[in-house]
Amino acid sequence: MQPSAVPATAQSGSLPGGPDESESLLRRIFTGNGIVTILAVLLALILGGLLIAMTDKVVASTAGYLFARPGDFFAAVWSAATSSYVALFQGAIFNPRGTGVAGQFAPLMETLTIATPLITAGLGVALAFRAGLFNIGAQGQIIMAGILASWVGFALHLPIGLHLLLVLVAGVIGGAVWGGIVGVLKARTGAHEVIVTIMFNYIALYFLRYLLDTKLFQRPGETTPISPILDPSAVYPLLFGSQYRLHLGFLLAIAATVFVSWLLNRSTIGFEFRAVGANPKAALTAGINVPRATVLVMTIAGGLAGLAGVAQVAGTEKVLTDGVAATYGFDAITVALLGRSSPWGTFAAGLLFGAFRAGAVQMQIQTGTPIDIVLVVQSLIVLFIAAPPLVRAIFGLNPRKKQAATAGKTKQAVTTGGAA
Amino acid sequence: MKNSLRATLKRGSMAGVATAGAAALLLTGCGAAPDAGSSATKTASNYTGCIVSDSGGFDDQSFNQSSYEGLKKSEKDLGIKVNQAESKTNNDFEPNLRAMVAAGCNLTVTVGFLLGDATKAQATANPDKHFAIIDFGYDTPIANVKPIIYDTAQAAFLAGYLAAATTKTGTVATFGGIKIPTVTIFMDGYADGVKYYNEKKGKSVKVLGWDKAKQDGSFTGDFEKQDKGKQFTQNFLDQGADIVMPVAGPVGKGAGAALKEAKAAGKDVKLIWVDSDGFLTAPDYKDIMLSSVMKQMGEAVETVVKQDTEGKFTNTPYVGTLANDGVQLAPFHDMESQVPADVKTELLQIEKDIADGKLKVESAASPKV
Repeated sequence: MQPSAVPATAQSGSLPGGPDESESLLRRIFTGNGIVTILAVLLALILGGLLIAMTDKVVASTAGYLFARPGDFFAAVWSAATSSYVALFQGAIFNPRGTGVAGQFAPLMETLTIATPLITAGLGVALAFRAGLFNIGAQGQIIMAGILASWVGFALHLPIGLHLLLVLVAGVIGGAVWGGIVGVLKARTGAHEVIVTIMFNYIALYFLRYLLDTKLFQRPGETTPISPILDPSAVYPLLFGSQYRLHLGFLLAIAATVFVSWLLNRSTIGFEFRAVGANPKAALTAGINVPRATVLVMTIAGGLAGLAGVAQVAGTEKVLTDGVAATYGFDAITVALLGRSSPWGTFAAGLLFGAFRAGAVQMQIQTGTPIDIVLVVQSLIVLFIAAPPLVRAIFGLNPRKKQAATAGKTKQAVTTGGAA
Repeated sequence: MKNSLRATLKRGSMAGVATAGAAALLLTGCGAAPDAGSSATKTASNYTGCIVSDSGGFDDQSFNQSSYEGLKKSEKDLGIKVNQAESKTNNDFEPNLRAMVAAGCNLTVTVGFLLGDATKAQATANPDKHFAIIDFGYDTPIANVKPIIYDTAQAAFLAGYLAAATTKTGTVATFGGIKIPTVTIFMDGYADGVKYYNEKKGKSVKVLGWDKAKQDGSFTGDFEKQDKGKQFTQNFLDQGADIVMPVAGPVGKGAGAALKEAKAAGKDVKLIWVDSDGFLTAPDYKDIMLSSVMKQMGEAVETVVKQDTEGKFTNTPYVGTLANDGVQLAPFHDMESQVPADVKTELLQIEKDIADGKLKVESAASPKV
């Protein structure tokens, strides 16, 4: 019965199926409403809690005598899930057992630190999407930015201030060029940006590995694929002293969010981006230079991802390794998705994912819950966001079916939604 | 009558199956509840040993796993508490290490050279905490960090000699995952072992996949893509090799798969495993497993933890060699009969010569101590 719920709700959805089905679906996923987002996160957390309980040793042993003393089992399930989430919270926001106020707020600072590259790279993906481009290339753009920025950081020795500025500029240019090439290919030859960006990710990664195998990027006298440490003059200053890792990059991430918000909503060029995103043919007819907008939006998107690359090498890592981009380039897609492609939405989503990542460390250490659970929760969020009808059906939010469904009874809501 | 009987029987058996199924379901939850007071856990020690993996994770069938198992063994044998943190990416190193320090770890084991900088930073900031790092040594020693490193070339030398002495085609091969010292040290030793055999016996066994003089060879590019390992191995087989030593963690399974296919097609081919005794840890490839070049990381971790609990921590590097059994050539197991007796004697002699220092095995990647 459940599968039929999807088409039933899709019919009542606000958007009619356009001529290009996949494009419109993608559009709906990226720009759906906020309540579904929140419910998707909630649902993912509940399912994640069940998964945690299932893998817990105490739960497994109490399940052995479930019928003899069921209370033990349910208590164990509850305590496994809650203790993991409490640890997650303590690792991400506030740790009451920390030493002093500084120690108690250390988790929050860590969350902001991890969120920094997620936000800027996420903005890159979100901006491109608003212009109708599905930018999978943040990973490669971060890598190219990391290569250039780190090289400037360890190979050149410049005065304080100038050095960091140059690192920043080099990184942003690296990302912007790597994204811009994709824009040019799309505008000139019509090459699909999804394919091109994926390929560009590989090119960037293997180029990075090649460079790390050369003397140019290795430490003198060593053969390990790890660059020298960046000069102290080339790294972001820490915002609140050495007890936290939070660096200047976070302020730049806020600035980038303000910039993208202004660009999209207040500037002429932003209007052109949105027009092209809404309907390229109509935009062309209206006299907008579509190829120019394509190249420009990919360049800016690449530059934003480049900012994430700079946050990596000049902010937290301070060296270049082949893991410089970690999984930020791909997480950025999720962040943009969760943020519904709006600048401040992306900012908030970046903070949420930063919190997940920061909290996962404590969760792993305090309760032994595998870090993979956090990745599963993240993936579930994406899954639920990508299927808004499912979430609406589960929570009985479908407008037309609302009266038919018994309020509050989730299961029944699903069934009625499907049967009607 | 007959029919109805059959029907009854059938129905009966169906019901039986159903009953059995239901009973099994019930039984899983039917154990007796334990007494309330019986769940006291023993906390024999206030000592906490911690471990932070690199991005390979604790199930990498390689150094993360061996080190982790070593620490888990200490948990059982010494009654210490154990905290573990798995790093998914390089970005997790510093947060994980900071969290370990905050969690009150007495000793934190970090796995791999990529954690070198992060370990150094935390060790310097927390001089009262002890650290041990696997597969990495510092140019200038740090007072509270003990490097655990291996002169793997010594054991790989034996593997090279063994391969050269048992090849039927006169060609053996090796390939790596990523070109890093902990990988190339295997390949250096292997190539030198073959060279030593050629010099002693006046033969000309060829090594594919690694050129020691140029320090360059075949690398799959990561420690993940098994199909690449398979492809590389097939290429080596096409070029006439019959013994392959993959130095690429899980990618070695790809080599195993290619060799098994070749064996099924009637070729006499063999595999040399690395890090652990592949006969035990990769049993799928038992029937082609000639031997393994082992690094005893679990034992080293256990020793370091034990020393620390006894207050005997030092920052002198632990260097695994043939002399202290830190590196070894694994037993031949099922291949015992395929290795001629005189080769076994020669191997024992070489092992003794290396351990005594009479025979020098050199690699650019050897630990400089």
